[in-house]
Amino acid sequence: MFEYDFMRTAFAASGVAAILAGTVGFFLVLRGQTFAGHALSHVGFTGATGAVLFGLSPLGGLVGFTLVAGIAMGLFGEKLAERDVAIGMMLSLALGLGLLFLHFYTSAATQAAALLFGNVLGVDNSALLTLLLMAAASLAALAFIVRPLIFASLQAELAEARGVPLRFVSAAFLAIVAIATAECAQIVGVLLVFTLMVGPAAAAQNFSRRLAIGVALSAALALAEAWGGLTLAFYSDWPTSFWITALSGVVYFASIAARRLAA
Amino acid sequence: MSALRFDDVTIRLGGRDILSTASFIVEDREFIGMLGANGAGKTTLMRAALGLTPVASGAISVLDQPVTRGHSSIGYMPQNRGLALGLRLTGYDVVASAAIGARFGFARLDKAMRREIDWALDHVDARDLARRSLGELSGGERQRLLLSQALLGRPRLLLLDEPLISLDPAHQKGVVDIARRLRDELRVAIVFSAHELNPLVNAIDRVLYLGAGAAVIGPVDEVVTGPVLSRLYGAEIEVVRIKDRFFVMAGDVDVERDAHRHERGDHGHSHGE
Repeated sequence: MFEYDFMRTAFAASGVAAILAGTVGFFLVLRGQTFAGHALSHVGFTGATGAVLFGLSPLGGLVGFTLVAGIAMGLFGEKLAERDVAIGMMLSLALGLGLLFLHFYTSAATQAAALLFGNVLGVDNSALLTLLLMAAASLAALAFIVRPLIFASLQAELAEARGVPLRFVSAAFLAIVAIATAECAQIVGVLLVFTLMVGPAAAAQNFSRRLAIGVALSAALALAEAWGGLTLAFYSDWPTSFWITALSGVVYFASIAARRLAA
Repeated sequence: MSALRFDDVTIRLGGRDILSTASFIVEDREFIGMLGANGAGKTTLMRAALGLTPVASGAISVLDQPVTRGHSSIGYMPQNRGLALGLRLTGYDVVASAAIGARFGFARLDKAMRREIDWALDHVDARDLARRSLGELSGGERQRLLLSQALLGRPRLLLLDEPLISLDPAHQKGVVDIARRLRDELRVAIVFSAHELNPLVNAIDRVLYLGAGAAVIGPVDEVVTGPVLSRLYGAEIEVVRIKDRFFVMAGDVDVERDAHRHERGDHGHSHGE
């Protein structure tokens, strides 16, 4: 399958997005903010459809909107990012707006399907380069804040007392989540971002009790699921996103079983 | 030198004076038990000493210096809540995250840092506990492990917020014994808040009692009396003493026990204290 140019690009793009999603997702799960991550992807849908409507690049709209929403969520404080109802409302509002934008845009159907469920085979070389640069910047930013982030995630009050700027850390982290979300949306679509952001991370936390091992495992699982999904899709001709969600689900439920057995 | 000093401190939260012109001094190497009803301001007092809650008027000094946020000579142990997310992790990783958590820029956990963590763990006999995940530890073991974090950076003053909460009497005694030993070995001053006086009464040097915006510090015999507590609780209080045990009664209700029971079922709402 590697004789095809689009397959090589798809492998590279999904690899980049998966490693970023697995790493960032680990902290998202650690902080109990997975729902916030899910909502961000829906905001991204609005951004992308809006951008298309105005003749801009959908990836630009996706990244721009998730980034602004992520930073805003972070600045409103820890509490908001954990408030299910508020986030849920924002999520459906965003999807609704996205739908409205699609309504005004004539060739809606394929565009919508690609945004909602991903189209990794449609990633071109310039998009790949963008994904790569964004992932590198996000991982660098994550490395910069990772110590205060872990401290604030596990023991916010103690971290605050030790001088950790909680709000800055929270906003910076959700900005990174926003980028990771936008990348994932390119691969599996906005509706299925959970599968790469949360699935591998939650499984890794079931498999390991150590932080560093957990992060590495989460990234590795995400990568394996993304590439596994692509391979299966190539031979079965079923959608890539389906296979990735299937693998992610299998790994997650296996991790729960493993944890039960170990306990 | 005093470890902690409040001069005419007023703290206002949500339009209510939690403390009004309260003054007291905690001497160096003194073990203080801090008591008071729910909402009397125990947590707020600690947060003010840490520079996290602003004072409306008055001055707080720690080791004769004005309060600053992130003061390295204060060791703090917040009330145990919100740790549910990290229960899968090993104790060591949690303590290490605190040791290195104030540094941006992918700080490495170097040898000196590891030695410091081991030192803190050893002082609460938690080196072995730290290999297990937090979820596997009993309440008392977990408190010991969390207590070790307050020792990081070798502070001169420890602020321990309700370390006895939801522990059974045997584990309560264990935690109090460790606190007393820390005071002797590390020569630190300790402010230890609690709902009940009895587990602390044989360990502490003096008691700091909060209520009605006031703070009264002194020997247990002088502070835990009917007249003083009636003023602090704003209700008729009778103190019954049987040997080394104190019962603080309002009418026929045991005030401290009642408060404790309330707190157990209501963990999330003590933030405004």
